Amino acid sequence: MNIFLPLPVPASVYGMILMLIALLTGIIKLPQVEETAGFLLDIMPIFFVGPTVRLMNEYGVISSSLVPFLIVCTVSTLVTLLLTGYVAQFVIKVTGPKSPDSIETVSGEVSEVVSGEVSEVVSEEEDKR
Amino acid sequence: MNEIFVNSVFFGVTLTLASYFLGVFIKEHFNVPVLNPMIMSVVFVIVLLIVTHTSYETYNNGAKYINDFLTPATVCLAVPMYKQIEILRKNMAAVIAGILAGCIGHAAVVVGLGIALALDRTLIVSVLPKSVTTAIAMGVCEESGGIVAVVIVGVTVAGNIGAIFGPAILKALKINDPVAQGLAIGCCSHALGTSTAAVPMGEIQGAMSSLAIVVTGIMTVVIVPIVAGMI
Repeated sequence: MNIFLPLPVPASVYGMILMLIALLTGIIKLPQVEETAGFLLDIMPIFFVGPTVRLMNEYGVISSSLVPFLIVCTVSTLVTLLLTGYVAQFVIKVTGPKSPDSIETVSGEVSEVVSGEVSEVVSEEEDKR
Repeated sequence: MNEIFVNSVFFGVTLTLASYFLGVFIKEHFNVPVLNPMIMSVVFVIVLLIVTHTSYETYNNGAKYINDFLTPATVCLAVPMYKQIEILRKNMAAVIAGILAGCIGHAAVVVGLGIALALDRTLIVSVLPKSVTTAIAMGVCEESGGIVAVVIVGVTVAGNIGAIFGPAILKALKINDPVAQGLAIGCCSHALGTSTAAVPMGEIQGAMSSLAIVVTGIMTVVIVPIVAGMI
């Protein structure tokens, strides 16, 4: 798919979506992949060592404006972390009270809204193919 | 003799694995969060390469075979996502809203702070796609006219900040919901944060963080070229 579609989306993301679809539709059963996936995920940090070591070669490109570059990287990362965390937590509190004594109708409404959005997302993804 | 050893494909592989397991060993014996096995092994490898005057290319000769596992490993992130599919469905609104806020906020901060600090336009554009996994970031960066080498550094910085400090910051700021925690880490620190910080936090965090990688990746593909065109 990476070869056929012009979007700058790497093979791994297509693979992840395909894998999820395969699991959801039952083409692949969870026990078939669970052990291997668990193993690969456990040792995944190793796979980042090589690309990160490349920093030693590319240091020259950013050394002239290293400090502002690092400030921008750090601050923007932290802002993203906080914004996503706060907004997500806020929406969860507003839309989906998790306590068991929450009113039935409310959760019914929520699940309706949510399933509508799921189908929207799915159809968007289908459009992309 | 030494040259045969260094030029062998096994040099990079062995060095990577050995330094990583040394990192794991140190982590288990001292239990300090900053002592992330991945960061430590990177430091070991760089120091060793510099001390022995070995080039990155020589090291990468072997290490690239390890890097090739990154794609199948990323695909495996679908498994924790599938296991938590119910929680994912229930929180779809939070997923979309949270990640959208994160992506837009990220772009605004990068552009605003970049201009305020008189950073070069090419550098600003290169930093914009840094919240996503390396492979996507490189593609987006190239399309928007940034420097690929710079975004790799940015991706690494972002990933490590989220991986090392993410859990502590979230706790300190009372973002306690496991779904929100996973989304936040995945949205700012891609697969690196997911595998080193979110997955160890719990199954829900791992699943939501994996999901955030995909959603953030798609949003970045759309948002970054637009923002890059405006500045």
